[in-house]
Amino acid sequence: MTMEDTTETQWDEDGRLEVLTFDLQAEKFAVEAVLVREILDLLPETVVPGADRLVASVANFRGKIIPIADLRLAFGLPSAESTMDSRIVVVELDVDGVPTQIGIRTDKVHEVATLHRDASETPPTVGLRWRRDFIRELVRTPQGVIVLANIARIFDPLLGGRATPAVLAPALL
Amino acid sequence: MSASILIVDDSTSIRVAIRMALTGAGYTVSEAADGAQGLSKASGSRFDMIITDLNMPNMDGLSMIRALRKNPAQCGTPILFLTTESEDAMKQQAKAAGATGWLVKPFVPEQLIRVVRKVLGR
Amino acid sequence: MSQNDPVAAFRVEAGEVLEQVEQGLLDLGHRLDDHELIDAVFRGLHTLKGSGAMFGFDALASFTHHCETAFDRVRKNLTPATPQLIAVILSAQDHMRALIEGDATDRKAEGDAILAKLQAALDGAPAPTPEAPPVLQGWRLSLRLPPEAMQNGINPLALLDELRTLGDCRIVVRTDQVPPLAELVPTECHVGWDIEVRGAVSRDDLEDVLIFVLDDLDLQIEAIGDTSCDDVEDAAPPPGAGTTPSALPPARVDTMPPAQDRDPATTPNGRGAPKTGESVRVPAERLDLLMDRVGELVIVQSRLSQLAHSSGSNATDVALRSISEEIERLASELRDTVMVLRMVPVATLFGRFRRLVHDIARDTGKTIELSTDGETTEVDKTVIERLADPLIHLIRNACDHGIEPPEGRLAAGKPEVGQVRLSARQEGGEVVITIRDDGHGIDRERVRAKAEAHGLLQPGQVVSDQELLQMIFHPGFSTAPQITSLSGRGVGMDVVKRTIESLRGTIEVASVSGQGSAMSLRIPLTLAIIDGLLIRVGDGRYVIPLAVVEECIELSLEEDLRSRGRSFITLRDRLVPFVRLREMFATGTKPSVHQKIVIIATGTERVGLVVDQIIGSHQTVIKPMSAVHCNVPTFAGATILGDGGVALILDVVQLVALGQHQEERLRAVA
Repeated sequence: MTMEDTTETQWDEDGRLEVLTFDLQAEKFAVEAVLVREILDLLPETVVPGADRLVASVANFRGKIIPIADLRLAFGLPSAESTMDSRIVVVELDVDGVPTQIGIRTDKVHEVATLHRDASETPPTVGLRWRRDFIRELVRTPQGVIVLANIARIFDPLLGGRATPAVLAPALL
Repeated sequence: MSASILIVDDSTSIRVAIRMALTGAGYTVSEAADGAQGLSKASGSRFDMIITDLNMPNMDGLSMIRALRKNPAQCGTPILFLTTESEDAMKQQAKAAGATGWLVKPFVPEQLIRVVRKVLGR
Repeated sequence: MSQNDPVAAFRVEAGEVLEQVEQGLLDLGHRLDDHELIDAVFRGLHTLKGSGAMFGFDALASFTHHCETAFDRVRKNLTPATPQLIAVILSAQDHMRALIEGDATDRKAEGDAILAKLQAALDGAPAPTPEAPPVLQGWRLSLRLPPEAMQNGINPLALLDELRTLGDCRIVVRTDQVPPLAELVPTECHVGWDIEVRGAVSRDDLEDVLIFVLDDLDLQIEAIGDTSCDDVEDAAPPPGAGTTPSALPPARVDTMPPAQDRDPATTPNGRGAPKTGESVRVPAERLDLLMDRVGELVIVQSRLSQLAHSSGSNATDVALRSISEEIERLASELRDTVMVLRMVPVATLFGRFRRLVHDIARDTGKTIELSTDGETTEVDKTVIERLADPLIHLIRNACDHGIEPPEGRLAAGKPEVGQVRLSARQEGGEVVITIRDDGHGIDRERVRAKAEAHGLLQPGQVVSDQELLQMIFHPGFSTAPQITSLSGRGVGMDVVKRTIESLRGTIEVASVSGQGSAMSLRIPLTLAIIDGLLIRVGDGRYVIPLAVVEECIELSLEEDLRSRGRSFITLRDRLVPFVRLREMFATGTKPSVHQKIVIIATGTERVGLVVDQIIGSHQTVIKPMSAVHCNVPTFAGATILGDGGVALILDVVQLVALGQHQEERLRAVA
């Protein structure tokens, strides 16, 4: 199974990109708005023993079984308790032509915002706290730096077939 | 369409054991825990067969069989009862009450299925 | 497929008739004087001729006319059926098939050649010899049930059907005690039966059938010997009612048609009875849609059930519970009905192979007989199509490389005719299809040598027998000493394995040198809705397919502590490995005081699963796991429970394998 991994960020012709922003542990993250299907209150989760820690549980989303991902793990952030503001952002990825939904647990969801290419910087190769390939862009906004996550890349190892190791790179854990 | 069978027995494990054997063979199964429940269930819906123990609280098997046979709607439904080897006299009583056939305890699932198939014809 | 095009419809139906005729001819080859078969073949040819003419297939009609005429002569006993005649008509099948397909090539020359052969076969046939009547044993019974028998649930027709399975039956109804209409009680049994059963039937067999009515039955039995001197045995004296002793009316016999469609008592060549009766063609996608709807219904019903059982005990609540159970039963029946729609008996597959073996035998000069068993076993429609090629290849292999040439067989002390046996059965949640041959078996030395040559094994490396045999599925692996034109280089074996694995199945090899081999394909019945056993391990709930559950036993806390470090229990003198799911799932919870062990079995392997609680049975709609969880081996899917929660469905094949590995590891250490 392979996924489209367009490493190019899909800025529009005016250099803009619609994203949904959310908090993870006081850091601001974003995903492309086109990927977002829904924003839900927390769902009851069922643990999947033996699953990768990134997608340790599943939930019933309108009769479909979707994995619930803890993106904190992808970015080396410590896990924490859910709060009243916690939400699940359901994103949809294309896996071999099959639309696949994944729920991402977030601490707080903000609004849909517009990012500007001019304000973006490619992540530096050294000195970055997080795994470089998980990040598309770092964008400066009046509210601070927003990390545009590369969702496809983050979940790729899990969708890449039996050969891929089940554990993420040690630097993240 | 699969045949529906009612199991009446006060022992949960016997009910589960019989249920497993029967559903594995493609039958649909309902349960009752004593004669009174069995009578009430059988009066409410039509079953293709009833399998019952004889020793139960609230209403024993014989009384239930007699009451069932009084109901014209239950006319012709095969009723099997569970009996131990030594209870030969019971067989006569149960047949007199209106039972169709019997199954000797303890039994293995294959025996149960064989007898059920024989009596039901499917 | 267009339903509105009569020609297309004819093509499909003609194809089916041709297949039936072919099967009939192949069977006839083994039983040349079977008049039922002769009639059946004749009828098929007659149909082809008639409908062919109706739809404009003139070439087909006129050609078939000649075959039909030839067979009519056989039918009227003017000519016997000879192997030569059958072979010609079999070769005519392909010609007819081509005519039906209707390509533009002129086939007249081909047709004329076959007809010439047909004439030769008819002319050369010797006059038919009269049959000697067979000498049979059996029983004559005369029985009458007590009047209240039917009210008490005895089904006389079922009894008669059961008697029919024992042997050839002739049954005559006795109406001498039927009262006039005004006095007739419809729920009472007023008729009796005189029955003649012919076959290798013992008195015990008869009593077994009549076991539940024997005490109250008015019965007389006498044995039929081959002399006119019969033993007359009297059954238990009738309770009171006197009846006229049976004087069997000799001339009038009336065999009643069986009340239900039973498993046909298979002849050695196990021909499946052709199904007559109305049918409707439905595109497979519509069935899928229907299955989805039923799946949704089952989920909603389960929510209703939850609600109903948590309510109180007033009259409305009790009524609600009753309705909920009724709906559960209906939903379950609906589910079964829909699932059955997609199931197709493997007979449709097995039918093709008989011709294949016949042709291979002819081409290789070997004599091979294909026998089949369990053709009524049903498999999902989509699976059947994908099994065809692997099976063809395995059968080819058995005929080509397995069965020896006649001289070789005789030299080895085997009968000249090689046997290939194809059998199918359902076992737990799987269909098992086995291809057996009594050829010379797999030469392990050669396999070993080949494996080492390919670098798959180191010289001296120790592997289990099964592992060695499984090597034959490696690509490019063929131990056939010479390449035959039939099965090519044997490269098909790896494709066979991959196809079976794509159906989530497995393939097992067994072989005894000099005696033969057996290939077993195990395919899971991927049913979208199954009966499941809902269990709790820690805080999570899981489902085990009920079809594989053998039994549940208690595991007390003391026993659990005592067996630390051992993972076996003794169950009726057999050691069964068990797996503590709590540990496997790392729940971090304490074990329940009343743990249970659920014993599951696939084929001959068993394993026990230790769970905290058995919640009960549950109609399980299987939902696929998300793609991100495809690496997790222990779960075959998930389901949504009545309260909206999720329960994961355990993959029993994996768990049993795990249990076996555990066992082997411990054995290795011990």
